Amino acid sequence: MDLTKINHIHLDILREIGNIGAGHAATALSTMLNKAVDMKVPSVKIISFEEITEMVGGSENIVASVFLRIVGDAPGCMFFMLPIEQAEKLLGDLLGEEIVQLTEGQYPEMPLSALQEVGNILSGSYLTSFSDFTGLSLQPSVPATSIDMAGAILSFGLFEISTVSDLAIVIDTAFTDMKELDEVKGHFFLLPDPESFAKIFNALGVPMDE
Amino acid sequence: MSEIIKVGIADIDLVSPPDTIRTTGLGSCVGVILFDESKKIAGMAHIMLPDSTSINSPIKNIGKFADTAVNALYDMLIKKGAAAKSIKAKIAGGAQMFQFSSGSEMMRIGPRNVESVKAQLNHLGVPLIASDTGGSSGRTIEFNPEKSELTIRTVNKGTKII
Repeated sequence: MDLTKINHIHLDILREIGNIGAGHAATALSTMLNKAVDMKVPSVKIISFEEITEMVGGSENIVASVFLRIVGDAPGCMFFMLPIEQAEKLLGDLLGEEIVQLTEGQYPEMPLSALQEVGNILSGSYLTSFSDFTGLSLQPSVPATSIDMAGAILSFGLFEISTVSDLAIVIDTAFTDMKELDEVKGHFFLLPDPESFAKIFNALGVPMDE
Repeated sequence: MSEIIKVGIADIDLVSPPDTIRTTGLGSCVGVILFDESKKIAGMAHIMLPDSTSINSPIKNIGKFADTAVNALYDMLIKKGAAAKSIKAKIAGGAQMFQFSSGSEMMRIGPRNVESVKAQLNHLGVPLIASDTGGSSGRTIEFNPEKSELTIRTVNKGTKII
């Protein structure tokens, strides 16, 4: 993948994918929680592996995450990632329990499978709109969850891209609670595989080569 | 004052006392430490991928691959004055962060990284004297060249020294 062939129009396209995808996911989340959820303007960055982990508070920061592979016309990786306190709050709301604790090392099964289901629904709605927008056929793999260091989790999603590049293109959408607009509740990261970029841009009529 | 030398993803660096050397958030990546105990020279690599030979594009970052990184680290140690015969290795990492029902090759990246590092050490004749690999937890590791101790911290299983 030649990153120099990616121009600002391409970055705008990726931003729009993040916008539409996360917009639908935020709506789904909002329905699930029965409260308003807002999202920030997506950012599309071409950054080093090191910088990606900085986006979620550093390599050692503990996060709750749902990971899935995108299979189909434009394969890639997708992460739904939350700071651990936010994950506890979200799951508490969802399960109607006062306190959900994920921090004590032993992760109770019920909240974990709830988290996995949340990730499943959200990434499903993200992918559906991504697919509708581009006309590409995209399916999610069964999601997997992990609560661990952000660096350890994210590096897994870099596997495909790292074979050809030292940089990754990350489509990041942060979402927030309507009441506390500054507080970031979580992130969606979309990391298309290197060969997927050309397919995405072609599908939208803006090939990379010109 | 002692400092902590930080090794990033796909990075290699050397250390000597009183400093220590550290890398954070190893998932499927493997942290390789080569050290000469008597001369107290050590180095660390944070490798991401098992094999550079399967890559078509020219390799810009030798620290990324198990084969190139272990060789480069070994050469750096020799250049710094380590005796080839006394170089030993400790490794940590190579976890499977996510458990999938489908066992595709990509999902096995952690174990493959470990296998590749071990093969490379074997090829160089460097004895692997301690390792903490596999599992499903991320690791942060720090090596103290004074004591030749590798401290491994995980989120769920606390800290241990190998």
